[in-house]
Amino acid sequence: MSAIQELESVTIRFAGDSGDGMQLAGTQFTNTSAILGNDIATFPDFPAEIRAPAGTLPGVSGFQVHFSSTDIHTPGDVVNCLVVMNAAALKTNLRDLEPGGFLIVNSESFGVSDLDKAKYKISPLEDGSLAGYRVVRVPITKLTRESVAECKLSPREADRCKNFFALGLVYWMYERPLEVTMKWVREKFATNPQFVDANIRALKAGYNYGETVELLPVQYRVAKAKTAPGTYRKITGNDALAIGLAAAAKLANKTLVFSGYPITPASSVMEALATPDMRRYGIKVLQAEDEIAACGIAIGASFAGAIGVTATSGPGICLKAEAVNLAVMTELPLVILNIQRGGPSTGLPTKTEQSDLLQVLFGRNGESPVAVIAPCTPGDCYEMAVEAVRLATQFMTPVYLLSDGYLANGSEPWKLPDLATQKPIVINHPTAHNSEGWTGAGHEVGEGSASQYLPYKRNEHLVRPWAIPGTPGLEHRIGGIEKQDVTGNINYEPANHEHMVHTRWKKVEAIANVIPDLAVTGDLDADLLVVGWGGTFGSITTAVERARKQGIKVAQAHFRYLNPMPKNTAEVLKKYPKILVPELNSGQLCWLLRAKYLAPAEGLNKIQGKPFLVSEILSAIEKQ
Amino acid sequence: MSTTLSLPTLTTKDLTTDQDVRWCPGCGDYSILAQMKKALLGVGVPREKMVFVSGIGCSSRFPYYMNTYGFHTIHGRAPTFATGVKLANPDLQVWMVTGDGDGFSIGGNHTMHLLRRNVDIKVLLFNNEIYGLTKGQYSPTSRTGTKSKTSVTGSIESPIRPLTLALAAEATFVARTIDIDIHNLVAILQRAAAHKGTAFVEIYQNCKIFNDDVWAYATDRTMKSENLLYLEHGKPMVFGKNRDKGIRLIGLKPEVVVIGKDCALDDLLVHDETDAVAASLLSRMSNPEFPEPVGVVYAVRKPTYEELVQQQIDASLAKKGPGKLADLFESEDLWTVE
Repeated sequence: MSAIQELESVTIRFAGDSGDGMQLAGTQFTNTSAILGNDIATFPDFPAEIRAPAGTLPGVSGFQVHFSSTDIHTPGDVVNCLVVMNAAALKTNLRDLEPGGFLIVNSESFGVSDLDKAKYKISPLEDGSLAGYRVVRVPITKLTRESVAECKLSPREADRCKNFFALGLVYWMYERPLEVTMKWVREKFATNPQFVDANIRALKAGYNYGETVELLPVQYRVAKAKTAPGTYRKITGNDALAIGLAAAAKLANKTLVFSGYPITPASSVMEALATPDMRRYGIKVLQAEDEIAACGIAIGASFAGAIGVTATSGPGICLKAEAVNLAVMTELPLVILNIQRGGPSTGLPTKTEQSDLLQVLFGRNGESPVAVIAPCTPGDCYEMAVEAVRLATQFMTPVYLLSDGYLANGSEPWKLPDLATQKPIVINHPTAHNSEGWTGAGHEVGEGSASQYLPYKRNEHLVRPWAIPGTPGLEHRIGGIEKQDVTGNINYEPANHEHMVHTRWKKVEAIANVIPDLAVTGDLDADLLVVGWGGTFGSITTAVERARKQGIKVAQAHFRYLNPMPKNTAEVLKKYPKILVPELNSGQLCWLLRAKYLAPAEGLNKIQGKPFLVSEILSAIEKQ
Repeated sequence: MSTTLSLPTLTTKDLTTDQDVRWCPGCGDYSILAQMKKALLGVGVPREKMVFVSGIGCSSRFPYYMNTYGFHTIHGRAPTFATGVKLANPDLQVWMVTGDGDGFSIGGNHTMHLLRRNVDIKVLLFNNEIYGLTKGQYSPTSRTGTKSKTSVTGSIESPIRPLTLALAAEATFVARTIDIDIHNLVAILQRAAAHKGTAFVEIYQNCKIFNDDVWAYATDRTMKSENLLYLEHGKPMVFGKNRDKGIRLIGLKPEVVVIGKDCALDDLLVHDETDAVAASLLSRMSNPEFPEPVGVVYAVRKPTYEELVQQQIDASLAKKGPGKLADLFESEDLWTVE
């Protein structure tokens, strides 16, 4: 028996070829740890190529999981334990392993051709270059094959069980139970009993190997985290968006029409909504012929009284711009999810970035105000998806929700929302007989002839009524040509155009009346305020917590509402002589804060397709 | 109040808006608008359930002149908005108005996919073989050699055949009519209205200003009988001023014959609206080699997109009932912290 050593938190990364099942191993480790009661944060990192040539550097896929007995917000800066299935994975991942960290190596993937593909001249296992790490060499391929020898698998099938062997080994190192993964294997391969048998044998063989050979003198234990009581599940950002949209449809008692076009990293939202189960929530999914069509279908659905939603990433946002502007002009509800990725152009499809903020604010012709919101954690994607639907329908406006690749694929424990606190989304369409009652306030049929409906007669929030086809007596026409106020008739009068431009802006600005104030946490009386938005919340929060532990006075504010910004924004920014704005772009929020509020904002910018390390933000705080 | 709006009291006046019609004097669109209103009186749908969706171009102003629900959208994308409308509320009768540039140039992709999905939308292609609203550039249906502001010495491109393309895109209803042939136009619009599925109707429409008389061979009293073939399901294909000519098939090639001289009436091709191959042959017959077919070229009943969507929803509901919020949250493994 090895001794047990307690650790507060550990970061493990599984890295191997795209076909080695590293995402699966990482996900299983995450699920087991979450159910065991650890706090978790994950970061899958995979290439854009589905299967680059086996064993090569571009084909390396990794999955990092940070699990802890305390509250954590990021997948970890440095890796404590790196599992590499081949030489290429070692080459691309070693730089993130802490000095003295565990390096578990599949020792059979360092042959001449493996080394050649990984561009090693001499085997790193032989040249002493790994002396600074605790290297654990395991002949994973051979041991896996032996463990499944009785399962009548082809050699190729047998080798596909390697990830379960490696997973079993790591389960032993960190004292994790096998049950969660075994249950998953049984369900996943229910129709293929020989795969169930083989994968479970490989998993157990890995675990037993650790125990039997006393691979390490110690086993490590990471105790349960002290989290708030409640029922939890693991959730990724994109799953949370899908669940949020379905919940919003339910809360609004409306059909939700989702139309999308496959694009990384947004596709998994459409996939999650396209299941037979989701059809029970009033969701209709149409995979469109292109990004423009997806947006048009969503807007058409909104015109007809459904909740129109589309989702995409940067290149798709470019294509949708003209259609979004039609929704701006016709003042129809529309939710556009933008799961940001590295740009410009095709850019870095599988990597994260926050570089579409100014695009969604300004990247359309004419004066084109839209609401923009941004969830800050995977779990927050749920709440903000509901919020996007609420704002779009209450204010008759397109709403952009800016998530990113990091939130989309990253996961964390998510406390299930309290059903009792899920507020209904109240939507009233005017009718001929009950002409009061569209969203928010009364409506009169009003001026003009008795039968004339006035589609642009606004309520006190400047919101126009949402009369839907099928309603007798409210027949009307809308379109992209400038309209006369009140009647909605085509109108080219100079003064009317200016009035309508101002009105559309004012309406979107009025959203500030219903959103929460910008909250400041940390040392409110500090000189330095660290300001972020969206997916950088975890890294910034951890950096601020560490700085404060070191005795540095620092305050933090995080924008989830970017247009309009919360009403107290100017007041908050005014209090701090120094404002640091970490962003995964070249300074877009920073630019906005300086332009709109003349705030002394300074950027901390990273544009590498990767999230911030906590240490990067911490050192910027230390330098202030 | 709603009873006064529903049939049978609907009049063309009920369908007319208070907006001034702004097409050029002599434009073919005037006739189409007038016949549309007449046709709708007979289709049995109250006007509040009618939606006209259009893209951009002269024809796309159409919804502003129909006192129904209307959506004037963006260039080429009308099929997408119309699809969204129909998907959201299948009870609506959705009409889409487009032109040759809108529907087949910038919007060609959407037109193709609308047809293949068979969403129950009536598509009216106003074909004038020119860009009118942008003042006279050649379009994707302009004949080779068409002289325009952007094809000064004559277009060097081959035009699209709208009917052929619609058939290739798996359209379930394909028809052709002419702006000033008011009886045929009304009849075809009513057939389109009655069709379940995407109904594609090409309308020869004259642009008085930029492409006047491009359809003269099909509209001029002295020429049209020789140049048009009016199709009737189950009837032999006869045409000509004296009804003495017809279409015969030799192998897979149609040919013009004189009845009684080249062959007997019985030897002529008989129109079968459900024959996709014959429809394709007809769609390729063009002036001056052939008379051009007018009427319903092809019509078959297939399940519509929205019918299939509803079937899938019903199947899910039958299995597990309406979704509950709690089930939505609990779709993964759970754990409880005490």
